[in-house]
Amino acid sequence: MELPQGQDLYSAHFKSIQGALSQEPSWLRSLRSAGMECFSSHGFPSLADEAWRFTSLRELAQTPFELAGNLNSELGANDLSGLQFASLNCRRLVFLNGSYQPELSDILEVPGLTVSNLKSAVVHSSEAVKTNLGRYADQQENPFVSLNTALSQDGFFINLDSGTRLEEPIHIVHLTSDSSTPICTHVRNLVMVGDGCEVDLVECYLGVGQNITFTNPVTEICVGNNSQVNHYRIQNESPNAFHVGVNDVQQGRDSHYRGLVIDLGGKLVRNNLRCVLSGEGGLAGIDGLYLLRDHQHVDNYTTLEHAVPHCDSRELFKGILDDRASGVFRGRIIVHKDAQKTDSKQTSSNLLLTDRARVNTKPQLEIYADDVKCTHGATIGQLDANALFYLRSRGIPLQAAKGILIFAFASELFGRVKVQSLGQQLSRYLAAWLPSGQLTEGIYQQ
Amino acid sequence: MLEIKDLHAKVEDQPILRGLNLKVGAGEVHSIMGPNGSGKSTLAQVLAGRDTYEVTGGKVDFNGSNLLDLDPEERAGEGLFMAFQYPVEIPGVSNTYFLRAALNAVRTYRGEEEVDAADFLDLVSEKTELLNIGKDLLRRPVNEGFSGGEKKRNEIFQMAMLEPKLAILDETDSGLDIDALKVVSEGVNALRSPERSIIIVTHYQRLLDYIVPDRVHVLSKGRIVKSGPPELALELEEKGYSWLDAENSASPTTAE
Repeated sequence: MELPQGQDLYSAHFKSIQGALSQEPSWLRSLRSAGMECFSSHGFPSLADEAWRFTSLRELAQTPFELAGNLNSELGANDLSGLQFASLNCRRLVFLNGSYQPELSDILEVPGLTVSNLKSAVVHSSEAVKTNLGRYADQQENPFVSLNTALSQDGFFINLDSGTRLEEPIHIVHLTSDSSTPICTHVRNLVMVGDGCEVDLVECYLGVGQNITFTNPVTEICVGNNSQVNHYRIQNESPNAFHVGVNDVQQGRDSHYRGLVIDLGGKLVRNNLRCVLSGEGGLAGIDGLYLLRDHQHVDNYTTLEHAVPHCDSRELFKGILDDRASGVFRGRIIVHKDAQKTDSKQTSSNLLLTDRARVNTKPQLEIYADDVKCTHGATIGQLDANALFYLRSRGIPLQAAKGILIFAFASELFGRVKVQSLGQQLSRYLAAWLPSGQLTEGIYQQ
Repeated sequence: MLEIKDLHAKVEDQPILRGLNLKVGAGEVHSIMGPNGSGKSTLAQVLAGRDTYEVTGGKVDFNGSNLLDLDPEERAGEGLFMAFQYPVEIPGVSNTYFLRAALNAVRTYRGEEEVDAADFLDLVSEKTELLNIGKDLLRRPVNEGFSGGEKKRNEIFQMAMLEPKLAILDETDSGLDIDALKVVSEGVNALRSPERSIIIVTHYQRLLDYIVPDRVHVLSKGRIVKSGPPELALELEEKGYSWLDAENSASPTTAE
């Protein structure tokens, strides 16, 4: 059996930041101590842990990471200009190795909206942060949340007062720099959406170079009654990156939350994605797309929790796996005893481009109500031979024909991206990623 | 144009074509008829290069090149086109993109320059007028949610765009109502030319009321057992295919 490790390293990290933390309010310091205690007693999960069966953390646990916040790194606007997903024709908030970069950030100023780094929100919006930080992401359940709580140095804070409707998306860039030693970053984000709000959020985790990095972000989102949130989470870190992310959403009455989680980079990626529907009439949607090659591994562990009646949830995850890549999809649907008239639909669909690529996909329905509609389906397959022949019979060469079909497979999810320039960048990324590399520009302009 | 000699093909160890011979000259329209299971569609698919069929013997010469040595896309480049019996739906790819990719692939194969967006649209307008069909199908994903008639019209439209030397219509008439059949036949007739040969594979004589072939061949058990003028189709319609089994001699014939 694999033994959890790494407590010593992270305890040392915790000690190293005590000086910096001494300025923080006492409630935050005790939250951190509890987090450290929790992580120290559990350590990293092992394969014996049911929730982690398909994702080994051995290598992660054994890598001697340095806490990124202790590094001196500099970043200029030029470093960002050529980086995919770093510019989206809208204002952005930039973090480098977990530290806020005010000179590279341009904050949208709209009445009713607060956008800042979490560190200053602890000072300026103390009550909101105190009430909500750590309220949705569960420390006991996930050691990565406790590790993040103990060690996080910064992140973004967004607050929308009730009735605030934003036309411009909010774009957050978390960049991990290239360095010669392995570095880890624990980013902590909090989003508070009041009642009757509308917001599009684009959260990007990007990397440069080939560095071994470990990113451990936790994002908590509280969506008020009758609000609409579209949340895009893009991960395109270094090919040697470990990324273990947590996204926890709490939804009020008649609220709509639609998340789209896209994993492009990284070596080992695990996303813990949860929505809790706690008010009637809510809709929770989590969609995902992963494009994997080489030995990349992506594990999406999703939980949709229906706590009250009359809510809908939708999930569509698609994977395209080349070479020896592996993917995992787990879809937990929890329907509480009183959550009658729940309508839940889950689909996991995977395209394997080689016979060495692997996918584990597993629905997990825990239904305690008796008047619900829950459907789930999973497919794992190769490209459709009939469609391939059809394209080739019209003169399109084999590799290009494959490219067209792969693109078509993914485009269903791109079609759901409401932030236009993000949709375009994703399409362009995919066209370049395709094994064929022969696609003309036209496929994503169609 | 096309010369098939002693063609044998099987699918999963089941022989389907058993020594088929056929010659089609430039500009000619031939019809291949036959009962279910006689090998009509297999012939069409083998000519187009479908790899689920294994060719076990014979030769196919297409304008001097050995067709059986070519990949499906190369056959298209050489000027062969098959209208599918069951056109494939491809969600997520617009018909316009698909057609332009196909046209440019074929042009590249032939050493011609790719067409730009403006020229492509001009060509689309020209062909939609020629075939008297609307442009509405172009904006939709390839064949997705198309009616049977729309799918077949789309096949003929692709044929018009790609301007093949030899078009094989694989049961293009099956399942069409009379109005759709007329639209499709008028399209095919508009594309008849002295440089373009057409093979119409069909189960029913009905289509041949609208597209009059030069020759009619009857396929049975993987061979052409009878060839004749267009009137042969009427005779078949009247007497049924069983009439042939009775008079069929086992010796292979070369149909011309």
